[in-house]
Amino acid sequence: MTLGFDADTSNEIPNLFAPRRSRIFVGRRGVVASTISCVLILGIVVSVLFVAPGGASFRHVFFDPHEMWVAWVGDPRRGILAIKDGLVTNIWMFLVSEVLVLFLGLALAWTRMSQSPVLLPFRILATAYTDIFRGIPLLLVVFMVGYGLPALQFGFLSSQSFAIYGVISLTLTYSAYVSEVFRAGILSVPNGQLLAARSLGLTHASTMRRVTLPQAIRTVIPPLLNDFISLQKDTALVSVLGAVEATRAAQIAVSVDFNESGLTVAALFFLVLTIPMTRFTDHLLEKDRARRLVSSL
Amino acid sequence: MNDVVLELNAVVKRFDDHEVLRGVSLQLRRHEVVCLIGASGSGKSTLLRCANMLETIDGGSVSLFGQSLLDPRVDPDLVRRHIGMVFQSFNLFPHLSVLDNVLLGPVRALKRKKSDARDEALALLDRIGLRDRADDFPDHLSGGQQQRVAIVRSLAMRPDLLLLDEVTSALDPTLVGEVLDLLSDLANQGTTMLIATHEMNFARDVAHQIAYLDQGVLVEQGTPDQIFNAAQHASTRNFLERVR
Repeated sequence: MTLGFDADTSNEIPNLFAPRRSRIFVGRRGVVASTISCVLILGIVVSVLFVAPGGASFRHVFFDPHEMWVAWVGDPRRGILAIKDGLVTNIWMFLVSEVLVLFLGLALAWTRMSQSPVLLPFRILATAYTDIFRGIPLLLVVFMVGYGLPALQFGFLSSQSFAIYGVISLTLTYSAYVSEVFRAGILSVPNGQLLAARSLGLTHASTMRRVTLPQAIRTVIPPLLNDFISLQKDTALVSVLGAVEATRAAQIAVSVDFNESGLTVAALFFLVLTIPMTRFTDHLLEKDRARRLVSSL
Repeated sequence: MNDVVLELNAVVKRFDDHEVLRGVSLQLRRHEVVCLIGASGSGKSTLLRCANMLETIDGGSVSLFGQSLLDPRVDPDLVRRHIGMVFQSFNLFPHLSVLDNVLLGPVRALKRKKSDARDEALALLDRIGLRDRADDFPDHLSGGQQQRVAIVRSLAMRPDLLLLDEVTSALDPTLVGEVLDLLSDLANQGTTMLIATHEMNFARDVAHQIAYLDQGVLVEQGTPDQIFNAAQHASTRNFLERVR
């Protein structure tokens, strides 16, 4: 008895060719195959707009070029606010929120990972905070902050614009998410790094600053940007308070002209804002994967 | 004698209810090299970590230069600045250049002037023939080079004592020699070292004392000649038989 496979006694040369049927997937012909399939699938999707019984009215309601233009530049005489002006509000809301989220998120992560016994109450508070704000839907936070803070009648805190309340809501919710991203990044640094740093006599704080954080940042950036993409879109939720940003402006255009093309415009410009970021994030992830592959060799 | 650098007295260490060290006593004098031998899991690494306070101990005492490390006024960070430690897996900082790896301790822990520390670091790298790699990142170096940099990183702190935890175990067989040669040089220059190792020939050549650990118990200690040629205990002879 021999173990495993019997030795191949024939002198036959093994066949290495793919079966004729699947040869279009092999080598350079694969490019041709993928191009054809892309055109085909895209064609089917677009043709639905033309073939469907309601296709014509759908195209008119969502893709009317004139209505799209009116919604974009606005028409003050008829009370239509420009989406392009609204978009400026979205942009500054997410820019300010992102900076605040970065700081608050890091502070929360740092607090949760602190070791000093004096900081115990802060650790508990930080944990409760992340639990609470990851649990409450952002829409509800927007309502609570937007209606709640003014109701407090508490000095400047109660007399801000809806956009500011939007920034506060976004910061509250996203800091909770981002702090977890930071924490996961910090925890992903191998323990040997900490042992090495502490063995050199570095304090806990210097180890964090010189060894842990610089290595954590690499791992953290892609998921962080992911959360920021999500934050940029979620600025649209502030429209429920009545803050005039892109979505709100689009809704107004829709209600005046009974044509939804404004929503399409708003959607397109959210895409214009987020796509560079999504592409950049993917690029970073790919680079990180390549780096890991190299270093594991 | 006041030249005792490190003294462990009946040290006990538990992880949950598993006793890793069961009353180990060991003395290390200035300029002395002690090699810890024993099977994996015998407690060699834990012993080293107890010596520089990376682990707290559950019984007995550890003292450095006659001062008990159990004293609550002792700052572990200050203790560790006098004790260098080198790891099996190098643990170089991948985001820092070779030079910055060596500089981190002197500059950030000892607060030395960067320009002075830099000259000294370059001189140390020169001694191991890696001065021209100072600006490279660790992952561009071979394992043997990385481990030698890790040793130099510890030396840059001018430690009174060096702890080495199986520093050649993660290396290609062809790269073990260059690291052991460096350690032999250090021993000849009078560096005080506590070395956990599986390299018996190296231990025989370099050590002043050999200590054999078995399941958390220090079974036997003596000169290389006593241990390798006339071990008193059956378990020591048995272990040496198996590693040969």
